[in-house]
Amino acid sequence: MTATLQNAPAKGEPVLRLRGVSKNFGAVSALTDIELEVKAGEVVALVGDNGAGKSTLVKVLAGVHQPSSGTIEFCGQQVTLDSPAKALDLGIATVFQDLALCENLDVVANLFLGHEMSPWALDEVAMEVRAWTLLRELAARIPSVREPIASLSGGQRQTVAIARSLLLNPRLIMLDEPTAALGVAQTAEVLNLIERVRDRGLGVIIISHNMEDVRAVADRIVVLRLGRNNGIFTPDSSNQELVSAITGATDNSVSRRAERKSHVQENHGGAA
Amino acid sequence: MSQNSSQPMLDRSDERVRHDDSLSAMARGFIDRVRSGDLGMLPVAVGLVVISVVFSALNPIFLAPNNLVNLLFDCATVGVISLGIVCVLVLGEIDLSVGSMSGLASAMVGVLWVNQGWPIVGAILAALVVGAAVGLLYATLYNRLGMPSFVATLAGLLALLGMQLYILGPTGSINLPYASSLVRFGQILIMPDWLSYTLALVPGLVMIGRGLRTRTQRLAANLSAQPMRALILKAVVLTAALEIAVFYLNLGRGIPWMFALFIALAVILNYALTRTKWGRSMFAVGGNKEAARRSGINVRRIYMSAFMLCSTLAALGGILSASRLASSSQQAGTGDVNLNAIAAAVIGGTSLFGGRGSAYSALLGIIVIQAISNGLTLLNLSSSLRYMITGGVLAIAVIVDSLARRSRVSHGRA
Repeated sequence: MTATLQNAPAKGEPVLRLRGVSKNFGAVSALTDIELEVKAGEVVALVGDNGAGKSTLVKVLAGVHQPSSGTIEFCGQQVTLDSPAKALDLGIATVFQDLALCENLDVVANLFLGHEMSPWALDEVAMEVRAWTLLRELAARIPSVREPIASLSGGQRQTVAIARSLLLNPRLIMLDEPTAALGVAQTAEVLNLIERVRDRGLGVIIISHNMEDVRAVADRIVVLRLGRNNGIFTPDSSNQELVSAITGATDNSVSRRAERKSHVQENHGGAA
Repeated sequence: MSQNSSQPMLDRSDERVRHDDSLSAMARGFIDRVRSGDLGMLPVAVGLVVISVVFSALNPIFLAPNNLVNLLFDCATVGVISLGIVCVLVLGEIDLSVGSMSGLASAMVGVLWVNQGWPIVGAILAALVVGAAVGLLYATLYNRLGMPSFVATLAGLLALLGMQLYILGPTGSINLPYASSLVRFGQILIMPDWLSYTLALVPGLVMIGRGLRTRTQRLAANLSAQPMRALILKAVVLTAALEIAVFYLNLGRGIPWMFALFIALAVILNYALTRTKWGRSMFAVGGNKEAARRSGINVRRIYMSAFMLCSTLAALGGILSASRLASSSQQAGTGDVNLNAIAAAVIGGTSLFGGRGSAYSALLGIIVIQAISNGLTLLNLSSSLRYMITGGVLAIAVIVDSLARRSRVSHGRA
């Protein structure tokens, strides 16, 4: 199915390495001195409160925003991601939080947008077949790929956006809230997919507010807080540790609530 | 009609989707689409029927073959401009200066060719190059300075009109020689009968040929295919309609070469918009600019191509109208040319809101517009009344577009 990548880093080799990446929007520092490393065949979860800079970091890596300072290394080479096209060409695929789909175009057109087969005489049949195979891999419930995106539900749109990121056989996939609008079966399917992608030797960055999902697939959990690194955790670290790293305090509304609960029954932490 | 094979086809595995395979089901699908606001060519068809009935009742000459031939000559000039308008409208932008651009191009041809003695091809090329340069300027203003196309082209409307008046100088009008090939092309040259009958067969044949190829490919790839019967029926109806039209026009002078040029351009633009990566990118940028950018599309280049194409086609339209009128004058490109070109695209079904449209909308829309204008001229109405009526028709077209869009949004087909 997927072509093997030329000079792709072997498993365990770093795909992506950020050093001291900062991003300012005017007077606001959205990101300050971010350090991040993603190895091939590894799922890194990026967690943090609202406004911690997760989505900004993803947009920097997708070439949507340019960093104010710092270096980005991709597959061992320093790169400048000055446009989304550049990031895509390098092999960085992104599922954006707002999905970035064209509502007036149908599913096939959206999947292949910017990378159509045979540009001078579009090969609609081949594209449609590839679309159906991809969607089937994701166990997607899309009734017809020839309907405009406007007629699809939120979950179906999210599936289309995820399918699109896989189309170009990337080396690194970033998923910003990939399961936010998905049902039970689709969420499980996306988590399975993330594992399959990891086993193929790709690097994965996943952003989620759902700690259950994060623990289920992540190899490392990187916490951002107010635009800075705030610790790296393993999936078996306790909820309390994670929450205090995310919120920046051991005593806060979340921990107090958890404590109240644990008086009643013992807190089960850490999924398998 | 569809093959009930044991394993479902790739695109037929979801039982929630209704598949309109039989002819009656296809009719039902069509009615559903119209109800949800996907009007397609319906307003044009209704409009043309109403126009023919009303005007031929008021003056029987309206439907006379030679009047229709004249109508086609007139369609070609503004129609070419309208093709360019389709390109910018698909992006959700506008070019209000196409009238002035066409006037400037016609003035350039007159001045360079007749007054300065340039070879005619050189004069035409110079006008087209200026057209492209103006489009490039608009695109640069839009891309680099973020100037809305509405304002940039409104400024262009005045500036280009000024240039037209400047280069025409105090005489104000240049007559083009009647014997020249350019004027003959715009006034006399008619396709031979046998050629027009043969060319009228082409669309039907292409439709069947491409339909068969797609069908084989789709069936081979385990996808459902359009039933053969519907395809043949469509092709037969289309061919019959075209042959009857050609027969009727050949009772008069026949089909103008200038109109054939317009059709050829419309066919090329339609291919580019529907079957190439460029066209797909155009619709993507018109639908969601940021999404298109994040998909790796060079959005600036798309804007540049559309603005340049629009101005160049406007210049070509101006040259054609000079050849039609056998003169380059201060009046060329003024008055209702601008609005007619935009109205034609909108009446034909290209949305002012971007992301929807087709090259054929310019073709059909301009026939409606010119039919109205031609009918009103036959009634000897003054231009004051003609302007008011054309303005009213444009307003109705835009209202239909807005209502259809609202309906599409509520039916999830925006």
